[in-house]
Formats: sequence, C-alpha cells, structure tokens
Amino acid sequence: MTVDLARWQFALTSINHFFFVPVTIGLAFLVAMLETAWYRTGQDQFLRLTRFFGTLLVINVAVGVVTGLVQEFEFGMNWSSYSRMVGNVFGAPLAMEGLAAFFLESTFLGLWIFGWDKLSKKVHLITIWLVFIGTVLSAAFILMANAWMQHPVGYKLVHGMPQLTDIWAVFTNPVFLWGYLHVVLDSIVTGTAVMLAVSAWQLRRNRPEFGHTMRMALAILVPVLLLDMFVGSELGVIEARYQPMKIAAAEAQWTTCQPCSFSLFQIGGGNDDHSPIQIFSIPHLLSLLATNSWNGKVIGLTPLQAQYSARYGPGYYVPNVFIQYWSMRVMAYLAGLVLLFGLWGLLLMRKRKVPANRWFLMAATWVVILPFFMNTAGWLLTESGRQPWIVQGLQLTRQGVSPSVTFTDVVISLIAFGVIYTALGVVDAVLMIRYSRRGLEQEPG
Amino acid sequence: MTLAEFWFLIIALLWTGFFLLEGFDFGVGMLHGIVGGDEAGRRTAISTIGPLWDGNEVWLIVAGAAMFAAFPGWYATLFSGFYLALVLLLAALMARGTSFEYRGKRDSPAWRATWSWLLGAGSLLAPLLIGIALGDLLHGLPINAAHEYTGSFWTLLQPYGIYTGITLVVLCLAHGATFIALKTSGGLRRRAVRLARLLAPAAALALLGFVIWTHSIAHKGLLPNPVEIAGVLAMLAAAWLVADDREGWAFAATTVAITLTVLSLFSELYPRVMVSTTNPAYDLTISNTASPGYPLKVMTIVVVIALPAVLAYTAWTYYVFRRRLKESP
Repeated sequence: MTVDLARWQFALTSINHFFFVPVTIGLAFLVAMLETAWYRTGQDQFLRLTRFFGTLLVINVAVGVVTGLVQEFEFGMNWSSYSRMVGNVFGAPLAMEGLAAFFLESTFLGLWIFGWDKLSKKVHLITIWLVFIGTVLSAAFILMANAWMQHPVGYKLVHGMPQLTDIWAVFTNPVFLWGYLHVVLDSIVTGTAVMLAVSAWQLRRNRPEFGHTMRMALAILVPVLLLDMFVGSELGVIEARYQPMKIAAAEAQWTTCQPCSFSLFQIGGGNDDHSPIQIFSIPHLLSLLATNSWNGKVIGLTPLQAQYSARYGPGYYVPNVFIQYWSMRVMAYLAGLVLLFGLWGLLLMRKRKVPANRWFLMAATWVVILPFFMNTAGWLLTESGRQPWIVQGLQLTRQGVSPSVTFTDVVISLIAFGVIYTALGVVDAVLMIRYSRRGLEQEPG
Repeated sequence: MTLAEFWFLIIALLWTGFFLLEGFDFGVGMLHGIVGGDEAGRRTAISTIGPLWDGNEVWLIVAGAAMFAAFPGWYATLFSGFYLALVLLLAALMARGTSFEYRGKRDSPAWRATWSWLLGAGSLLAPLLIGIALGDLLHGLPINAAHEYTGSFWTLLQPYGIYTGITLVVLCLAHGATFIALKTSGGLRRRAVRLARLLAPAAALALLGFVIWTHSIAHKGLLPNPVEIAGVLAMLAAAWLVADDREGWAFAATTVAITLTVLSLFSELYPRVMVSTTNPAYDLTISNTASPGYPLKVMTIVVVIALPAVLAYTAWTYYVFRRRLKESP
C-alpha cells in the first residue's frame, strides 16, 4: 500500500513538474530568439515582444523551480532503499545537474530579469542564451539519470549493488541520447504552441505586432514537430530492444508476431483481457515502429513473461497494458493533430502573410492544450512501461521504498503536496492568462 | 585526505555557502514587513535580493544532490528519516520561492499582504527546520543497525536541535538586517541599521550558547575553541560596525560568523555524518556511507571544474548589482 501511494505521489508531482519544464525550455529558446531579433534589427517591437514573452517565462519558471525542488528531495524521502542502492551512479548526474546547469540557469535568469539597465545590449542577450543553455543542460542530466533506470549501463555488481565503472557509457546510453533529443524537441513544440496561442488571441484583438511571433512560432513548430516524431519513433525502436515488455504492452501484443500489425483502436483489453476487439489494423506498422523493418518480429507479452520469470525468479513482469496501449495512442494521435494544424497555419502563411483566418486563430488558442496531454502521455508510456522495475532488471519498484516511512506519512505528504500544487497551478494559470492578455508595453525600457 | 573525506569537506562547504548566501535572503524575507515601513519600502527591501535569491537557493539543491552522489547512505537515511519535516521545509521553500515572482503581479493590497505573509513565514520556517536537522545530525537520532531511522516526527524535535534551529534563525536575521542596511538608502537604511544593532548582539549571545552546548554534546568540554570564539566576536563586531555606518564591514562580519558556525558544526560531526543514539556502533560515518572510488573521482573532476566557474559568475552577478537601491516612490 505504501509503495502504491509513494508511486502516486511521484507520478503526480513529476507530471505536474513537467507541465512547467517544457514551457520553460521552449519559451527560453523563443525569448532568446526574439531578443536576438531585437539585437540585430534594433526594432522596438522586438524588444516589446521579448519583454512580453519574457514575463510569461518568468511566471512559469517560478513554479517550475519550486516543483523541481520537490523532485530532488523525493528520491531520498520516499525511495531511500533505491537511493542507497544506486546513489553512486544515479546521484552523479543529479549532482552534475546542480553544479553545471541550475547555477547557470538561476544566476543568469536573475541577471536577465534585473539587468536591463545594468548590462550592455550584447551582454544582456548573452544572459538569456545562457539561461536557455542552462535549461537544456539540466534536461540532459536528468534524462541521463532517467535513461539509466530504463537501461542501466556502465556499472558492475558488487554484492548485488551496482557500482559505477564507466561514466562515458552513462553519457552515451542510446536511451539517453534519443530520449533527450525527444524531450528537447518536444519542449520547443510546447513553448511554440504557447507562443502561437497567445499570438492568435492577440491578433484577434487587432494587435498586429503579434504577427511576428505568430509567423515565427509556425515556422518553428512544423519542422521541429516532424523531427520530433521521427526521433520518437527511433526511441521506440531502441526501447523495444532493451525493454521489449514496454513496446509489446503498448500494442497489447500477447503472442509473438511477425510481421506485426498496429491497431488504431481497441475495445476492451488490459492485463486480464488478452483478446480485445481491435479496430482498423494496419499491417506491418508495428513491425516498422518497433524494429525499423517491414517484417520485424515482436515477441509477445506471454512469452516475455515466461522468459523474465525464468531469469529473475517467479513474479509478474508485465506492465499495465491499458496504460501502455492508450498513452502511446494519445501521444501519437495528438501529435498528428498538432502537425495537421501547423500545416494549416503554414498554408495560410504563404507569401509571408500573417494568418488572418478567424477559424484558424480561434483554433490556435485552444491547440495549446494538446502538447500538455502529449507530454503526460509520453511520460506515462516511458515510466509505467518500466514497471514493475524501478531500475530495469536490477531493482523492483516495491523494493525501492523507504522502510522508515509509514503509510500515514505518505498520506500526509500526498495531501500537503496536493493542496500546494493545486494552489500553485491555479495561481500560475490565472497569472499566465492575465499576462497573456495584456497589450505590449508602449514605452520599453 | 581520502576522496571520501574531500567530499565531506565539499558538502560542508556547500552547506556553508548556502547559509552565508541564502542566510541573508532568509533574513530579508523575515524582516521585509518590519523594516519596510510602507509598501514602497517593503518592495525595495525585497528588491535587494530579487536577482540573487534563486541562485542562492541552488546551493541547497547542490548540497542535497552531492550528498546523494557522494554519500548515498547518508542521503537515504537523512531524507527518509526527516520525512515530515522535509514536507514542511518544501512547503516553506515553495511558498517563499513563488512569492518573489507573484507578489508584485497584481495591484491589490490583500494579494500583496498574502504573499508577504507567505514570504515571511517561509523564510522563518526554512532556516529553523534546516537548523533543527543539522543539530539532530550531531546530537543523534534513534538509528538501527540497518541505518534506518526508527523515531517519529516528534523525536526530531529534541532541545539541542531546536536550539540549533533558533540560533540559525537569529543569525539569518542579523545577516539579513546588515544586508538591507548595506543595499538601501534613506529611511529604510536607518531602520535596518537600528534593527541590526539589536539583532547582532542577540545573535552573538545565541551563538555563544550554541558553541558551549555543542561542545558538551560532542564531549569536548565546555570551552569553545578559538574558531568558535571568533564567530561570536565577529557577530559582536557587526553590531558595532553597523552602528558606525560601516555596513560593508558589518555584512562581512555577519558572513564570517555564519561561515564559522556552519563549519564548526560539520567539524564537530567529523568523521561521523549522522549519530545514532541507539548504539554508537550504528553511527553513519564518512566511510560507511560513501560511494566507491570511481564515482567519487568522476564527481571530483566535475566539481573542480564547475565550482570555480560558478563562484566566478556568482561574484560577477553581485558586482553587477552592487549599488544601493534608492527608495522607490
């Protein structure tokens, strides 16, 4: 029971944290681009847009930073047996994140916010780029740590405990490299969707300066999303290699198949229902997604369960199939929807015109919700798909909890974080909307 | 010095850096309502730390992460043992962290008063709780042979721990008051100087009690060593310097006092990292909680490269924001 609550707590706090992270990374990039435009052209409108979107960035960072603090503490608080076992490997990227990324991000964000009249134009521009570098470095180290849980590398076992032997292997873990690229691209998509929504809302109120940010957002969104989808499918192939359960569960594939088809929808299904009604099967698509080959073989969940039981001892090693199946589809279908929307925007933008179609502008304001669902679904697919392991093949999630923490402790903290996060979420949303609706400052400076 | 000892030193330095930097912005957070006078004054008081607090708080995160990487056993026992205390600490840090950005975002007295209250309460609770935790490390807690904490939330609140917490709160108050005096002008500066003249001697007294109590806990007799006496004297000097309009030196003096206090706590702890009251054989020590040699080597390379760079750009930031703030209209 305590382990279930601890898992709920980690899931809720990290999903919540990851509402703010991609917006921070994405907006930091876009604000840096806007300030670069101002630095190069000297046009006041770019300065005003920089400050406008910079305010949104700062409102968002405040919650991102404090919810990140909780993540950093939670490993030791709820997962002390895990921390004790893997700290020498897993803790290293976390410490590097603090030393190399958090200091950079926080210090230069302070300089950027308060340094407008204290720094030269050029130095001020450098500070925002350093903030962006800080955010992507931070993502790199945390993804490196996460990838090690999915596919542990660069260690040896001493009395059953992993010891780091090769940091370079941790740095070049393929799950990390592809997962990291996926997260950074996805963050830029999310930030771009925010900029698009705000610009569309403002354009509907006849504030033409937001035509710049509308065009910039659309021009970035479509290619980055296309690349992101490609990287995501490569990541799927890599995960299928190291975590075959994860991908088999994402298709609810109980028996081994070759070639394998991909179902668009299914009715029923789950860990107790091995024969759901599949609707619209696309032949060969699962083979392509999981193995990059037309006739690739995907081993089913039942034979995998037999393999794992033989290797790791009796137990149930199949992740929650319902979550895997649907989180993968929610992520992929919504990405497709966002892509179609972006293409519509590009079509309207031919000959460098600002899209003025009312329907498009209305839709653009609402499309911003989709990336948040995509992000959450993607993390569910990754993290729930690793279960029952906390570190694939090394430690089970239920073995990772803190022995000294009681059920009551976790209930109290869950309620406390629930209340605080809800309050923060409401305040953040109210302020984001309020500041998104303001006009640009007339007198910059 | 072994690599593990080197990392104990690094962690002591990270905690010291945290208290000497975030210490003054805890102080400013607690004092901004009292010293501010009116809304403009309160806003100016908060502005003294506006560009700095976020970077200061990173020292805490890095101290925690460095413990995780270099002493997983210490991190695991400490963070799971202090579970509910850490929930409170996180609530305090979240309240004050968001108040800096959100307080000024709406033009309503009730809104600002709410965030001011959260800033004050969070800035009081955070050093109090961390102080209690540091005191508990040295005083000892019920810890069993498996290095698991066996007490409850209330076991954490023993007198020495609470006194350590209070001492750190008073130190942060004095440190914050000299910082406001150094960074502002006009009425705000005068009020901060007056407060600092009261707080610095109070902090010196609290500190004297702390070093004596610490010595009796660590079984090293009642007489403080010269380093600890220097901490008390530095605090007294601050009171005199601030009254003499030498706020820069006063702030340097409170910085020295805080630095010596935190360092002395860790030096009393050495070579243990967490004392067990159940049985001295169950003490967590540097050697029985440290990571193996290879990961420590990797981390050493990282810290040797990164920390000087961090110190350099942090110093530059303080240089950029070195001027006194004018009281806003």
